Amino acid sequence: MKATEPLQVIDSKGGANGYDPGLSEEELLHCYRTMLKVRVFDETCLKLQRSGRIGFSIPNEGIEATQVGAATAMRKTDWLFASYRDFGMALYHGIQPVDMMHNMFGNAADNSRGRQMPVHFTFLEPIRFVSISSPIGTHLPHAVGAAFAAKRRGEDTVAFVSFGDGGTSSLGFHSAMNFAGVWKAPVVFLCQNNGWAISCPSEDQTASESYAIKGKAYGVPGVIVDGNDLLAVRKAVLEAAERARAGGGPTLIECKTFRMGGHSTSDDPTKYIPKEVFDAWRKKDPILRFEKYLKACGLWKKADRARIEGELREEISEAARTAEAVGPPPLETIFSDVYAELPKHLRAQGQAAFDLARRKGDAMAGDGEFPL
Amino acid sequence: MSNLTLIQAVNDALHTTMQADPSVHVLGEDVGKKGGVFLATENLTNEFGEERCFNTPLSEDGIVGTAIGMAMNGLKPVAEIQFQDFIFPAFDQIVSEAAKLRYRSGGQYTAPLVIRTPYGGGIRGGLYHSQSGEAYFCHTPGLKVVIPSTPHDAKGLLISAIEDPDPVLFLEPKALYRAVKGEVPEGHYTVDLSTVREVRAGKDVTVFCYGAMVPVAEKAAEAAAAQGIDTRVIDLRTLLPLDEEAVLDAARSTGRVVVVHEAPRFCGFGAEISALIAEHAIEYMEAPVARVTGFDTPFPNTLEHHYLPDQRRVLDAIERVAHY
Repeated sequence: MKATEPLQVIDSKGGANGYDPGLSEEELLHCYRTMLKVRVFDETCLKLQRSGRIGFSIPNEGIEATQVGAATAMRKTDWLFASYRDFGMALYHGIQPVDMMHNMFGNAADNSRGRQMPVHFTFLEPIRFVSISSPIGTHLPHAVGAAFAAKRRGEDTVAFVSFGDGGTSSLGFHSAMNFAGVWKAPVVFLCQNNGWAISCPSEDQTASESYAIKGKAYGVPGVIVDGNDLLAVRKAVLEAAERARAGGGPTLIECKTFRMGGHSTSDDPTKYIPKEVFDAWRKKDPILRFEKYLKACGLWKKADRARIEGELREEISEAARTAEAVGPPPLETIFSDVYAELPKHLRAQGQAAFDLARRKGDAMAGDGEFPL
Repeated sequence: MSNLTLIQAVNDALHTTMQADPSVHVLGEDVGKKGGVFLATENLTNEFGEERCFNTPLSEDGIVGTAIGMAMNGLKPVAEIQFQDFIFPAFDQIVSEAAKLRYRSGGQYTAPLVIRTPYGGGIRGGLYHSQSGEAYFCHTPGLKVVIPSTPHDAKGLLISAIEDPDPVLFLEPKALYRAVKGEVPEGHYTVDLSTVREVRAGKDVTVFCYGAMVPVAEKAAEAAAAQGIDTRVIDLRTLLPLDEEAVLDAARSTGRVVVVHEAPRFCGFGAEISALIAEHAIEYMEAPVARVTGFDTPFPNTLEHHYLPDQRRVLDAIERVAHY
């Protein structure tokens, strides 16, 4: 096999080439359900955005197997430094759609208190899904540092960090790969190579023969995986995670996949990606690919896509309705959490903002007496 | 008590906190066996091992970025940036990440790290070993910016910074590393962040300063006193969050103010002090605020003694505001 040929497990007939993923029937069905959940969540957010009820979203269609396959290798005690296109990782680990919707609406129940744009999730439970920031690549060194800390304490915790093909051009990628290599840090670098950084194709990003090969220069093994093949992603990520837990250091995994939509709801990909490319990738749909495997395993009856999608539509619409009904965060949340303790100058600015809102009569419900 | 230089006091603070708290880790370029280019971390590797005080690859972005991750996951990293002039690759990590993590995660994730770095002129370091970049960082909510000027404060403030739950940029005046000596208590003590220090009492003029400008202002104040101008000197020592009330009280007490810093004037920290006084104490003022600062130029090498505010320039400003 050529180094640039991606690792595949599920063949065209749904066979797994003898690979045992080590997942129970229930877990396999959970993978399937999670991929469908991502898609339904996406559809719902697109409708919410198009009807002006939320401002923004990030489509995940086409990337579900990469997200969910990788998520199956993570333990609840691990650290996940996700990108903004990783809904499946959150949902797989039991983060509730309604909690994600609170963020989409930027409401008072949002963990980030409405301070961030939609899609910038932060969760501590049931897995450490670290607060997402918008700058590209800055979170990679954090994963290395968190992994270093875990290793220092003798834990077998792994830090997973997910980023796109564009992210490999960032300063953070270089710093993180270099430090992780030197420190043998237990990190799994997950490069979600969907071929496009907004509108910039890979040839505008790198002259390298692949993204995975970049690991070589840092002493970090690189693996290329078919990102639309959930079991191939699981296999590669699980192996990398096990090596990291055993003290073998970091791995760079390039998951080759395709974004079946725009970069975001503000982007029109038909301007720069030819229709034939979409058509070709549609045939490689990761959910259909996994369905073949479920059929081959005799799990198809239990899968029942139409029923699951119906349930999910109901659940996620309900989540959206619930989140929409929650009001905006109170004014005090502009000033809280800047520091552990509110400094005097912020107290004064907060008081002035509150007094003005009250004087001019535009205080919102929930503003209350400035409490900080 | 021991009589220490400022750099020895920094080393003492690191030593004291590393001994008390096994989560404290020191990282940076050459901080290991060499003990740092200024020897701030001397002997820490010998005493605490390479796991606790270690060299990193030559990458400021990597040093601060990984230190943020360590801080998120329970360690107390004290990262050294060899010269403040080289901190800019890490600017994104400091401004976009460390300073915003608590806010954007609603307190779920925090980055209580300390970044120590020598700043300022006076060592013939030219453009890239002399700058005072405090203003860039003081414009960053979520960050604390601390600058000591005495050995006593260097140790007490650094221990406070390490124990603080928020990210702290600790700027060390390299010109004073070995130029000042003073009594430093043994063991653990802290100097509260966000407090100022009255260096010298006086009722005619207040000089606000920090870092390496404190001894300069002190000498200028002595010279002014010889001419009958009773000059108060305030060491701001924590620029962010600033003790605004203490600044305003001092400004009101004399009605005449001089602000001194090495950094360029335009949008420098002196502008903030001037604006604060204009907004809240204008009715007490007997003279316009005078700023004595570096010029709005890059930092020169051979002529640095003309660039840096000295006793002569500060005294001149004191005289101007006193006789306005």
